[in-house]
Amino acid sequence: MADETTVAPVALTRSKAISPPSLGMVVLYAIAVTVLVFLILPTFIVIPMSFNGERYLAFPPESWSLKWYAAYFTDPTWMAATWFSIKVAGVTMVLATLIGTLASVALVRGKIGALGWLNTLSLAPLIVPHIVVAVALYLVFARLGLTGTLLGFVLAHTTLAIPYVVLTVSASLYRVDPTLEMAALNLGASHTTAFLRVTLPLILPGVAAGAAFAFIVSLDEAVVSLFLSSVSGTTLPRKLFEDIEYGLSPVVAAASTLLIVFSLLVIGGIELARRATGRSA
Amino acid sequence: MRDTLLRRLRQAPAGRISPLASFLLLLPLIVLLAGVFFFPLTKLLANSLWDPEFTLGHYARLVTEPLYVKIFGRTLWIALIVSLFALLLGYPVALVMARLRGWRANLVAACVLIPLWTSVLVRSYAWVVLLQRNGLINSWLQGLGLTDQPLQMIYTEGAVLLAMTHVLLPFMVLPIYSALRNISPDLSKAAANLGAGSWRTFAHVILPLSLPGVIAGVLMVFILSLGFYITPALVGGPRTLMFATLIGQQMTELLNWQFASALSMVLMLVTLALVVGFRRTLKLDRVASHGR
Repeated sequence: MADETTVAPVALTRSKAISPPSLGMVVLYAIAVTVLVFLILPTFIVIPMSFNGERYLAFPPESWSLKWYAAYFTDPTWMAATWFSIKVAGVTMVLATLIGTLASVALVRGKIGALGWLNTLSLAPLIVPHIVVAVALYLVFARLGLTGTLLGFVLAHTTLAIPYVVLTVSASLYRVDPTLEMAALNLGASHTTAFLRVTLPLILPGVAAGAAFAFIVSLDEAVVSLFLSSVSGTTLPRKLFEDIEYGLSPVVAAASTLLIVFSLLVIGGIELARRATGRSA
Repeated sequence: MRDTLLRRLRQAPAGRISPLASFLLLLPLIVLLAGVFFFPLTKLLANSLWDPEFTLGHYARLVTEPLYVKIFGRTLWIALIVSLFALLLGYPVALVMARLRGWRANLVAACVLIPLWTSVLVRSYAWVVLLQRNGLINSWLQGLGLTDQPLQMIYTEGAVLLAMTHVLLPFMVLPIYSALRNISPDLSKAAANLGAGSWRTFAHVILPLSLPGVIAGVLMVFILSLGFYITPALVGGPRTLMFATLIGQQMTELLNWQFASALSMVLMLVTLALVVGFRRTLKLDRVASHGR
């Protein structure tokens, strides 16, 4: 019923020809609202549960407490996994952004015969299922002693994150008017100066968004991490996976809540940056 | 908007970066992909075929042993049903999202995009919490006196279908939304002027024009379902193995790396065949940038 009242004016302004909100329209909005609740609710049920005061999981919680957060922040294995993941994600972000941005410039402005081909290849890690990448990397990394190491994870995650950087940065580059750079060249700037002083500032929001995506992709990546982790190097998603399989300590709910909040802050930041630079949503 | 810009730029004087400079800019990417992506995949292929002599035996196992045929069939079946469920649930959302403007449109978009950027692990965990034997749904049911015994929901095919539909739904909504937004509102008005009701307008104008988005969404969800690991592993468990979890089991528990490699090759080739076959419909770059 609430749907009907909130929805009617929109339906009216959108298509003036169909005057009263028809029954079909009401049903449509009711279905959509139900599906949206289904989409959002299961994830957010984790958040109140992390503030539960009891040993077992319950919803709604019977008493409130921050003890699972305290447990998370004082447990050395959780902390080790968290810091390791942050380190991996940080280095991955820098590397993927650098390599991806350089490649995007060549892919958008370059002149090589095989450009279309290279474009597709740069997206390949996005297409191949992560389980396949995980098995393939394990076969190579185990022999080289790279499993459970910072270098091994950074190499794996950079490969997986690069398509996101290439897509975001290429999209920004396409929006930059190439005549601006030509004007700089005509005024005597070198190619490098023209890029650094004219193009780069213009695509900076895209580069920043690509970097943020790379960080989140690395931080949330679970499948490859599952296979490449070892006792000496375990990422946060691997630790979460183990604890979910083993039993459901409410510490998992606390760690998940922190991960949800962090991801939302980063993605919200990208969205705000995108709006600030005037791209239509 | 973006399309016209793209067209303008493609027509603009191209090649302002020399081939040598382009190559140098691409070199780090080429080295990384060659070393950390294509070389390992070659290794995977070699591993699946040499044991230690050349053999097709590991591929043959997949078609001769009934258990693996069953798991392969189950994977295709689950992928199909998940695509269908996601379409039925996703289309109305996309339709509403395309009609709304202002803060309501933003709210719906947020509901679709937030799950997409929440870790798959966290979303699967939520389903474990809800569905397990001493989980929330069972405790609610028992609290209401509807059942005496906890129901077995987790580790069933139904649980996998439910959780995977939930996790993959945004990939269905976004391409359909994108197709619907490209339909000119004038078309609906024209249909209405010609006397069509809203239902006829939908069936004869909107639905046919949104089909490319529907096909892209179904393919996307189907392809992602085929290779899905985390959700089947946590919600399906060893009782409801899918193709990816079978690979994981062969790899980590049975240590049968050769067979796991052969399975991985099959999964990759099926995925690539679908992506290459439908590359025009899929518009991967759009999907990856989340329909923006």
